[in-house]
Amino acid sequence: MHILELRDIHAFYGGIQALKGVNLYVDKGEIVTLIGSNGAGKSTTLKTISGQVKPKQGNIFLNGKDITSALPHETAVSGVAQVPEGRRIFPRLTVKENLEMGAFSVKNKKVVAERMEKVFHYFPRIKERLSQRGGTMSGGEQQMLAMGRALMSGPNVLMLDEPSMGLAPIIVEQIFSIIKELNESGMTILLVEQNAYQALQIANRGYVIQTGEILMSGQSSVLLRDDQIKEAYLA
Amino acid sequence: MLAEILHTLPQVLIDGLALGAIYAIVALGYTMVYGILELINFAHGEIFMTGAFIGTAILITLTGLGWIAVMPALLALLLVLVITSVLTGFIGMGIERIAYRPLRKAPKLITLITAIGVSFLLQDLVRFITEVKRGNYILTGPSMFTDRVEVKTSSVLSVFNDASFKESFIIVFVVAAIMMITLDFFINKTKWGTAMRAVAQDRDTSALMGVNVNKVIGLVFFLGSALGGATGVLFAIQYGTIDPYIGFILGLKAFTAAVLGGIGNIRGAMFGGILLGVLEMFASANLTLMTNGVFGAEYKDVFAFAILILVLLFKPEGIFGKVVMEKV
Repeated sequence: MHILELRDIHAFYGGIQALKGVNLYVDKGEIVTLIGSNGAGKSTTLKTISGQVKPKQGNIFLNGKDITSALPHETAVSGVAQVPEGRRIFPRLTVKENLEMGAFSVKNKKVVAERMEKVFHYFPRIKERLSQRGGTMSGGEQQMLAMGRALMSGPNVLMLDEPSMGLAPIIVEQIFSIIKELNESGMTILLVEQNAYQALQIANRGYVIQTGEILMSGQSSVLLRDDQIKEAYLA
Repeated sequence: MLAEILHTLPQVLIDGLALGAIYAIVALGYTMVYGILELINFAHGEIFMTGAFIGTAILITLTGLGWIAVMPALLALLLVLVITSVLTGFIGMGIERIAYRPLRKAPKLITLITAIGVSFLLQDLVRFITEVKRGNYILTGPSMFTDRVEVKTSSVLSVFNDASFKESFIIVFVVAAIMMITLDFFINKTKWGTAMRAVAQDRDTSALMGVNVNKVIGLVFFLGSALGGATGVLFAIQYGTIDPYIGFILGLKAFTAAVLGGIGNIRGAMFGGILLGVLEMFASANLTLMTNGVFGAEYKDVFAFAILILVLLFKPEGIFGKVVMEKV
């Protein structure tokens, strides 16, 4: 059984059909990347999974359970964490409060404290900034905070929407190596990226999406060598 | 002239604090809802008024049953405050559920007009019920805490006159202070309070954190309306006579106080309310004197609102409103 599976998803976003029958799955422990150009339907796919966009047709399964009609907060509670595009840090909450919000559905305070320590392990810089307001941090720090916040819920699947967007190359390197590290410690990851080359470098498998349809899918190593992909996305 | 203003200053401050505390708590209701929905909930002044009527009705009933005579007055007050605030809290939540939530995605103006409609509905409903029950929509509750307390402020500074207040002033002020401190703590220090602030900043992302946004919005309406209703009770006790229209002008002023302090800002609303109350009482006591009789005390609102306009001209975001620099 796949941990996350999309079957024939059709969805509309802003009046246009953004997804036209997307099939996709993620297995436990994998990094799967969804690559494609601007407006191809990458973000809509993630939003459909998290419940922010309701599909017109098709089903979404989490651990075999149909979550197609779940509301965003229900999907979050059932184990899907999303790092949204543009990070969406709560600007006027402190860094600590941002992390606490990530663990909103966790009742046990001890678990929250443990998870926070774990977040500090991956992102030591967050620990130095706990009382600072989220909105005053740099883009790279906000990306780290957004990832840390998502980890606070203790998710089964971590979805990242364009984590490299707008960041300096050196920061992107760091972010990607942390994604890799997270995966090595057992986290299942669905990574949406425009930065196809870097995403395929760390992913097990990849899907290429174009105008709402999956154009191609397979092992990252295979996709990296594919001439068509090389020309369209890796140039 | 200055000496004469100083004579009355202690009394102005006492009366201003009582009125200001009432403005402040009603202002909290406006500012909380605005902060989370960007909606000016015009019905909030009517929630305050409904609270005043519910509270007075309970007091009249308790008096009729002969309970007030045997009960300590403070206990009776506490009982009335709790029952009223729970009821108005649910009324506020119900209004959100029925009238505002279906319009969540509609243009803001539509919801605003709906709020004005709800406001009229509550006014007429309260008027109707009161007229049916009492034959008159102006209601005077049993008098409580009416003993006057003298304050010998003249012994502090010889230029001051002595001041006095009804015992109810202490009740109003203490209850108001407790409500404000508790709310401030709740919003800043608890998990649900943090969720309220998070939803106010970014509703979609809050949902991704597992926060049930509708529940949080319902909670905001419950808290704002419970506080507003309790304040109505305080108002009825302090000023004695109420009618179904007290919520309109008071709501307008409380909203003004919220804007003055920086709309969406909790502490700003508290400060704005107190400031507006004191300014109004100051104008009421001194306008005739300051303008050589050209403007009488009845121009107090003009004075208070002129100050508001001045503040907003120089600080459009309000006194405590902050323009937060946000990096992308």
